[in-house]
Amino acid sequence: MPMAGPDIEAAIRAALPDALIELQDLAGDDDHWAVTVTSAAFAGKSRVQQHKMVYGAIGEKMGGELHALQVTTRLPT
Amino acid sequence: MADTDTRISTLVGDNDVVLFMKGTPLFPQCGFSSRAVAILDHCGVQYESVDVLQDMEIRQGIKSYSDWPTIPQLYVKGEFVGGSDIMMEMFEAGELQQMMDEKQIAKIES
Repeated sequence: MPMAGPDIEAAIRAALPDALIELQDLAGDDDHWAVTVTSAAFAGKSRVQQHKMVYGAIGEKMGGELHALQVTTRLPT
Repeated sequence: MADTDTRISTLVGDNDVVLFMKGTPLFPQCGFSSRAVAILDHCGVQYESVDVLQDMEIRQGIKSYSDWPTIPQLYVKGEFVGGSDIMMEMFEAGELQQMMDEKQIAKIES
């Protein structure tokens, strides 16, 4: 059971309310996603910490229900 | 699970560069693992790979060991570097190559 785009966006939004979220369905199958998250909450964090914040927002579904999520994190400019 | 943690820490301790991946460098079984292999090949460094599909304990264990939910995962000198997205970002910025140089990782002789 794949995770739908709006659910991914809502999960990230709940954890990072200020986030600008750009979601892209890579394969058109609702199962392979790329997301670019821009948030001021990433300031001063390492890339690993930033990605963990995104994974943490999605929770246990990551790697299970949500098979593939390419993550890019950015600071607002 | 303590045994699995010990096995993982031995793997990342005994090898300068370890890639936990799905499949093998010659036959990656997932696009993200394939990308990670390509990046390491571009860096021209020697590395050890662990096929998590052949080892369910490692497959589950590495996720909690690194506190990272996905595979592939790259370790350099015992330190978790990240997954394939971070590898790609670092590679494109030249940071991954720089890190390999700074940590004096052996290159593949060509």
